Order: sequence, then structure tokens, then C-alpha cells
Amino acid sequence: MASQHASSSTAARADALLALWRTMTLVRQAELALVKLFADSEVPGFIHLSIGQEAISAGVASALLAQDTLATNHRGHGHVLARGMDLHGFFKEIMGRAGGLCQGRGGSMHVADLRLGILGANGIVGAGIPIALGSALAHSVRRTEGVAVAFFGDGAMAEGVLHETLNMAALWKMPLLMVCENNGWSEFSPTSRQFAAPLQALAAAFGLAYRKVDGNDALAVAEAAGAAALAARSGGGAQVLECITHRVRGHYEGDPQKYREAAELEGVSEHDPLRQARSALLAMGLEEAALQQEAAAIEQRIEAAVAAARADALPTFESALADVYTPGVQA
Amino acid sequence: MSAAPKELRYAQAVSQALHDAMAADERVIVLGEDVAAAGGSFKATRGLLEAHGADRVRDTPISEASIVSAAVGAALTGLKPVVEIMFMDFITLAMDALVNQAAKARFMFGGQGSVPMVLRTPHGGGLSAGPQHSQCLEAWLAHVPGLKVVCPSNPQDAYSLLRAAIDDPDPVVFVEHKGLYARKGMVDTGERAAIGQARTVRPGRDVTLVSYGATVATCLQAAEQLAGEGVEAEVLDLRSIQPWDKAAVLASLARTHRMVVVHEAVRDFGVGAEIVATVMAEGFDELDAPVLRVAAPFMPAPFATSLEQGYAIHADAVLQAVRQTL
Ligand SMILES: Cc1ncc(C[n+]2csc(CCOP(=O)(O)OP(=O)(O)O)c2C)c(N)n1
Repeated sequence: MASQHASSSTAARADALLALWRTMTLVRQAELALVKLFADSEVPGFIHLSIGQEAISAGVASALLAQDTLATNHRGHGHVLARGMDLHGFFKEIMGRAGGLCQGRGGSMHVADLRLGILGANGIVGAGIPIALGSALAHSVRRTEGVAVAFFGDGAMAEGVLHETLNMAALWKMPLLMVCENNGWSEFSPTSRQFAAPLQALAAAFGLAYRKVDGNDALAVAEAAGAAALAARSGGGAQVLECITHRVRGHYEGDPQKYREAAELEGVSEHDPLRQARSALLAMGLEEAALQQEAAAIEQRIEAAVAAARADALPTFESALADVYTPGVQA
Repeated sequence: MSAAPKELRYAQAVSQALHDAMAADERVIVLGEDVAAAGGSFKATRGLLEAHGADRVRDTPISEASIVSAAVGAALTGLKPVVEIMFMDFITLAMDALVNQAAKARFMFGGQGSVPMVLRTPHGGGLSAGPQHSQCLEAWLAHVPGLKVVCPSNPQDAYSLLRAAIDDPDPVVFVEHKGLYARKGMVDTGERAAIGQARTVRPGRDVTLVSYGATVATCLQAAEQLAGEGVEAEVLDLRSIQPWDKAAVLASLARTHRMVVVHEAVRDFGVGAEIVATVMAEGFDELDAPVLRVAAPFMPAPFATSLEQGYAIHADAVLQAVRQTL
């Protein structure tokens, strides 16, 4: 009996990890496609990639239900893709095409899909955190049983709105899941030179439930996020989840990273969440060929989305003027 | 369905509008410092907690940035929040929420949705409240595409415009005047206002006085005096600053051919500058004299009564400007 139970739970773990691996592969491949598009000047402006942080996107997304909402930051591609953002709409937006999810007005730093509860990536560090608080407030007032997620980096710990939000979320027992992706860096400075206290101490100061997890271990993130989301959903109040991870690439794509030690960068690939998940899946008995086949299929979907976006028209200037205010109301 | 018009103070008209909007639509919630149990610093939210409950009428900590940002998030998640910021001076702390979040969401998300929120806040001097509690900062907000800014001068407009602001799908900054809260007037709760429409408060043929908020009364005073001198001034209450009623201003100019713009905010780079520039560009042929501005000097609002008196806009200054244009 005992061994049967163990094997069925191993199978369940394998299924869960496979699903997370798929999401992570999608995010990774999409961002690798962006690397190339950026290098070829097919992406205007600048982009911040989350390569190496996919386990957090996949793990947190796996804990969310249809009615949940999320607000994210400048490094938000993974969060929105894991939530299920349409690939064609995503690439169209970042490539500045007509009919992109935001009609080419937001770009990488503002991707949003309100139908999926994605209240936008944000160009202002920390700004999404109180927006998520308000979304949690709406869930609570409307009794949707939804949870709002705020994704933020460790750099945002120094912003006042984080502290204000911790306080209000604790006071009001909000269904809010605050997910910190701690990659140790904020732009070109280590966060250790920017913030004096650990997030755990901040959460404790406000009496908020806190969990810390290896942010490169997708199953561990999924488990912790699942427990935190459940607690938030069932009246347990706001939850803080700190995921320790690595920023593999520069702050923005093209950043030469002169400020970083070679040794730090060298070690990074050992922590790669996809590499870890893949080894674990193989150890659980999955076939290498099957994974390769799935990865190839995901890559094809992305290539198709990129090709379709590339073929799309550019937005007309007039189309942008139309949405400064809601049309049809007295103005 | 509307009750007979009744006499209300300006602050009571605000709370009546909030009350009626909350009764009409359960998505409307009220947030702010001391708005629930205490009924608001100026008592404009009195009675709402008792009538609508603590879930929908919520006292917040002193966290302006997050209160206004939370309103944005709540609006994007199906509510219609009305936030009170105790003094307009404190919007400085919430500028990210207003300028980068509320004002931009509709546009930068490609028209997927909008942010149906209202930020109510009192501006203006007259109470010796000093440099950090007396400012008129509406021009800052009118400068931001995506925000609407309204400023009622009387109880009826306070009611009707607030109902319109709450009904509006876009973020509206609703600027009240501290000095007007106690002013009484008849309010018909069945009356509706459209944001962006000015009102002719007094017709005239010789000069147009364009104003909004508390200085509308100053213009009326000046107009009375001018009438004694045989000069008929038309007084136009803009009521809404963004959008503003260009058509009404130009139409009035076409009747009077002279114009003075009057506001309590400092003159430099202000609302008046926008109106004057537009009139120059689009009404030049109608002008018999330069358009003048009467506004506060370029300095912080001072505290001492004698200083604040010097800073405030008086009918005399309006008269002087009008005489210059004649
Ligand atoms: C209010 C504000 N200040 C500064 C910036 C510039 N900026 C963009 S990202 C960033 C660092 C953010 O670090 P972190 O939150 O840890 O996220 P990471 O980039 O490491 O994912 C800074 C300073 C900004 N966008 N907004």
C-alpha cells in the first residue's frame, strides 16, 4: 500500500512538474525569440528579460484561478505568458503592431489583458503593488473569492508604496499575494546596498504570513504559492512570498553588465530552473525524446506568432488618439 | 422620481451625491482618511458609513500614494471608487497613481478598459491654512491627458457634477473649495450636469468674465459693481477645466469682444494661460482688446490674514482688469 501511495504521488509530482516545465519552456522560448528580435531591431525601445526566473512565473500562475488578478512590473513577460496571454497579441504588442494586446501603445513594460485579470506590467518600480491591493479590495467588496497578485522585484522593497501596502493589506486582511522575485539586483546595484532589512522582517513587522522559497525550483514555488493563495482566498489575509532567484541577463537587453563579477555570472546556469526541471523529469522516468518533441512544438507556436506579428500592419496614429478618454461619453 | 429641490450646503450636496450614487450602484465605494466614522475632515462624507456599511465606506491609513493607487486597482477590477484626499496639496504624494497609472491605463492598455474612479479634494485659501493647505493645483492635472478635472462653484453643481463624475468611465478629479463648503443653495437631485459644459451665470454684452470655483462669486460681485457703472459683464462659470467648454467661451467672446479670465490659482503657466492662448488663436478676429488674467501672484499661499488677503482675488482686481480692456 505504502509503495503504491508513494508511486501515485510521484506520478502526481511528475505531472505537476511537466505542466510547470511546459509553461517555463514557453516563457523561455518567447524571451529567446525576443532576444533575437531585439538584436535585429524588430523591437522598438528596450526590454527586460526574465530568463532564469521562469519557475516563479510558472509556479505562481499554477496557483491562480480564473477570477484572480495580477499586477506586475517591468520584468513581467513571464508572469503574463504563464497566465495565458495570447502569444500573437503579446508579440504584436512588443513589436509595436496594430491589434497588439494594447494596440501598440504600451509595449513590453505595459502588457496587459484585462480579460485574464492582468492589470498590466508597470514602468514605475513598485507601482503595481498598491494597484494589486486595490484589486484585492475589489475582490473582497464584490465577494468574488478572487486573489490579487502583486509581482515585484527586490528593488521595490525600498519604495514607500510597498510599506504602505503591507500596512493596509494587513489592517484589512486583504486577499493579496505579494510575490517578491529576489534576484539580488536592482538595475546596476546589488540590493544589499539598497535595502537595510530582509523582506521577512518587514512582513513580520506587519504580522503578515511569510514564505521563502527557492525561486529556481518550480515545484517548490508552485507549492508555496498554492498554499499562500489558498490562505489568502480563504480569509487568511495578505501573504508574502519571497522567491530567491538569479537575473541571468543584464538589467535590460543589451546591458553589458560591467558591474557584475564574472564568477557570479558563471555559476548562474547551474541554478537554471529549466535545467533543474528537466533533470528532475528525466529522473522521474520521462523520455528525453518526448520533452524534445514538446519543446519543438512550443518553439513552433512561438515562431508562428512572431511571423504573424511581423506581417501585421503598424498602428495608425489616429487609432491612438481615440483612447485617451473613453469614446462616446461627453467630453 | 426626484424629490423636490431642497436647500443644502455645498458639503451636504457632496455627501448627498455620494449617498445617492452609492444607493444607485453598489459598485461605488468611498475611501479616504477619516471619511467613515468621522464623516470626513470637512464633513462631506457624513452619514455614508451608517447608510452603506464599513465594506463600502472605508477609513484608510495616511497613505495617499497607495490609497489612490488602490482606487486604480479597484476600478480595474469592477468597482467605482471615490477617494477623498484631505487637502489638494497632498495629491503631490499620489501623483504616480494619478499621472502614470489612472490617466494612462486606458490608453496604454489599448482601450481594453478604463479607470472609473473619482478623486475628491478641496483646494483654495481663505482659512489661513498656510502654504501646504491652500494650493490650487488643478492646472497640473488638467495638463495630463487621460484625466478630467471639474470644479463646482455652488451646491447644485457640487451635486450634479459629482454624480456625473461618478458615472464617468474615466478618472475624474473633483476639486471642491474649502471656502465654499458652508455655502447654501437650492439643490435639485434630479438635475444632471455634463462634464465639459460651462454655464452662463450672468448674461452681459460688454465683457466676458471667465472663471470657475470660488472666484465665480468674485466675478459676480465685480459684475454688479460694473452694472452700476453701465458696463454689462457676462459671467461664465467653466465648471469643468478638463475638458473645458471652448465653444461657450468663444461664443461669449463673439457677443462681448472683451475677456478677462479669473482664477484663484497662481497666474503663471495656469488655466488662464490655456484659455487666453486658445482665444488668441481661435477668436482673434472677435477681440477688441487683449485678454487679461486675474490670478494669484507667483508665490506660495501665505498664512497671516493680512498676507492671505493680499494673495486672494478680490472684485477690485477684476474691476481694474475690466477697465483696462474697455
Ligand atoms: C520609480 C522608478 N524609479 C526608478 C526606475 C528605474 N528602474 C527600472 S527597473 C529598476 C530596478 C528594479 O529592480 P528590481 O525591482 O529588483 O527588479 P529587477 O529589475 O531586478 O527584476 C529601476 C531602478 C523606475 N522604473 N521607476
